[in-house]
Amino acid sequence: MLEKPIYFNEMGMDGAVRPPYAGLDTWAANMPEEFRNTKQSEAEALFRRIGITFAVYGEGGDPDRLIPFDMFPRIFAADEWRKLDLGVKQRAKALNAFLLDVYGRGEIVKAGKIPGRLVYQNEAYEKAVVGIKPPRGVYSHIVGVDLVRTGPDEFFVLEDNCRTPSGVSYMLENREIMMRMFPQLFRQNRIAPVENYPALLRRTLDSVAPEKCEGAPTVAILTPGHFNSAYYEHSFLADMMGVALVEGQDLFVKGDFCYMRTTEGPKKVDVIYRRIDDAYIDPLCFRPDSMLGVPGLMNVYRSGGVAIASAPGAGVADDKAIYTFVPEMIRFYLGEEPILNNVPTWQCGKPDDLKYVLENLKDLVVKEVHGSGGYGMLVGPRSTKEQIDIFYAKIVENPGNYIAQPTLALSTCPTFVEEGIAPRHVDLRPYCLVGENIELVPGGLTRVALTEGSLVVNSSQGGGVKDTWVMAE
Amino acid sequence: MTLLARHAENLFWIGRFVERAETVARLLEVGSRNSLLPNSSGGFRNEWESVLQASGTAGQFEAKYAADMRERNVESFLFFDADNPSSVASCIGSARENARIVRTALTSQTWDALNTAYQEMQELKRTERSKLSTNDLIDWTLRTGALIRGTIEDTQLRIDGYDFLNIGHYLERADSTARLLDVKYFVLLPQVDFVGTGLDNYQWRTILRALSAHRAFNWAYGGEITAAKIADFLILNRRAPRSLITCAEEACWHLDRLARGYEQTTEAQTQARNLVAKLSGIGVEDIFDEGLHEFLTRSIGEISQLSAVISEVYLIGEAR
Repeated sequence: MLEKPIYFNEMGMDGAVRPPYAGLDTWAANMPEEFRNTKQSEAEALFRRIGITFAVYGEGGDPDRLIPFDMFPRIFAADEWRKLDLGVKQRAKALNAFLLDVYGRGEIVKAGKIPGRLVYQNEAYEKAVVGIKPPRGVYSHIVGVDLVRTGPDEFFVLEDNCRTPSGVSYMLENREIMMRMFPQLFRQNRIAPVENYPALLRRTLDSVAPEKCEGAPTVAILTPGHFNSAYYEHSFLADMMGVALVEGQDLFVKGDFCYMRTTEGPKKVDVIYRRIDDAYIDPLCFRPDSMLGVPGLMNVYRSGGVAIASAPGAGVADDKAIYTFVPEMIRFYLGEEPILNNVPTWQCGKPDDLKYVLENLKDLVVKEVHGSGGYGMLVGPRSTKEQIDIFYAKIVENPGNYIAQPTLALSTCPTFVEEGIAPRHVDLRPYCLVGENIELVPGGLTRVALTEGSLVVNSSQGGGVKDTWVMAE
Repeated sequence: MTLLARHAENLFWIGRFVERAETVARLLEVGSRNSLLPNSSGGFRNEWESVLQASGTAGQFEAKYAADMRERNVESFLFFDADNPSSVASCIGSARENARIVRTALTSQTWDALNTAYQEMQELKRTERSKLSTNDLIDWTLRTGALIRGTIEDTQLRIDGYDFLNIGHYLERADSTARLLDVKYFVLLPQVDFVGTGLDNYQWRTILRALSAHRAFNWAYGGEITAAKIADFLILNRRAPRSLITCAEEACWHLDRLARGYEQTTEAQTQARNLVAKLSGIGVEDIFDEGLHEFLTRSIGEISQLSAVISEVYLIGEAR
């Protein structure tokens, strides 16, 4: 039997309260139960009213499901954030350098730092964009870096999201709702604001408009449509940035440019912030059966008539097999040491690693290389023997499809639960913007595993969200 | 900011669905009141059938309930039924879904009004039916419609999107007034000898009541209720807020605003002006010469024709 690990509680251990949480412990402890229940239902009513709901793929049920919102904020001190800020920006910069390189001369492969087959035979490697230098050399304009904490100074990057990381609307709405419900907390504490994220995103997208664009660029968000579980976020961002929210059917290609169909006829689009996968961008180039994309868009992109954020092919940088090499990238491109560490990772495709993984399945977390959202994942210590046996067979059948990591002792944050206040495991996703400048708003999305002892924070698996505070300097 | 053609269509349909939900509630009211009269031929059956005929859903109803036109069945069908695309619940749901798609073009107050309507409808669906009276359901729908309309009027920017909301609204309202008037035709046609009797009178009054216009009618005309006065009031009177001519003029006004804003006049404006001109040029005797039912059927056709042209010109987004 595995001995019970000791988890770092961010509010403090053994009765001592860590500085950023000072005052919050008594705030929560003194909250009468009735008041708390009122506030909780007020929060839910607010979420429902603004329509920030979430549908889970393949589960059916209520299409207007809410992600549970926990009112206890998750807090970082200014100096803690400074390190995260530098670390996340460093990573976003290196990942973009990597993308520009592997779609260009491939220096990092030639230097023997990353095996070529992992890059060039990767499913996410997009041959259609080889040789293209997008505006400002940026491929991934929004980098979501998933972080976990295991101690006062110990942070690990769990994975990078270079394509279309979602959840930023929760970062913004959680804050709005907290400010509305508990204004006194914001008077008593100096909490750095996050509300300029949409403005920064807009500036970032404007800054990567193609050279052919004259005057102020026209930006549009490309969504798969209102049935998509993240549609609220797409419309929220479009609204906050004052840009059009288009579907594939609203766009068409004519000559060297891409246009949207408006009530006044066609209007040229210069920058597309796409929230659809590569495979659906252009049926002529990728999936011929796609109804979502825009025929001919890739030709326009290749000839510099439109910018696409994130660029097609950006996914090769956040692949779980490439992840292992990000510290190498940081050294190679930036000549710096990584500020944030990777989680040690075993590649099941390597015979030695595979052997170790199969022998230690009960202690490890196993993930599919291309999986996301907490699906197709095994958490060894929390699984039954049958579940482990099933995974064993799957890994043996296709080892290259899996990676394994040690079960991390994820930090906990106080959380309102039925019995009162109890520690629950959390992670963090900050959203780094890369354009003319690299920007990171002080905050991010904290996800919390609401089930006692659970380490899986995905909303599709019963996770909730919290407001994330960064104390002002 | 430019408006996507698809989003203009969503706005147009929000306007239509909100008004349609109201129409269905008003039809329910007509049926409900008429069925309280003991003495129409065929018992209660006829009143409800006329309501279903006028709403254009009689066939669907029959497929579901055979000919069992009990008030409860008709009420379920017209108010709650998810299979009936014109039920109040379906209309509110569709209006809210269109709003969700086009949220970027709505103020948060407008969205809030539409979303709240939808949430309340969900609540009504969960409520035990014995606790809901028909009158409460009708009142709720009219109040909700008024709230949404008021929010649109009070908060939306006066840009093209606002015009599309209103064009949908007024075209639907014109259609609705024509259909409600036509209920009378379905009820009374077979019994010519009823004309001018107390029953006749009562049924006309119900129609006015359903259009929230019975007091207004008295104010404008006074005295005896006659078919001619009612037709004049609900079709040709510019002071009546739901009359065909008022709706046509409002739709025309919003179309003209679009033409000015876009600096281009289209077939849609031409057709709308023709419709207004035709209604201005006739008297109530012309309507009765043609036959009220025939006139209303033709008007409903012309409104849907205008709607099709608007769609072609603005809502498809092909290069003009």
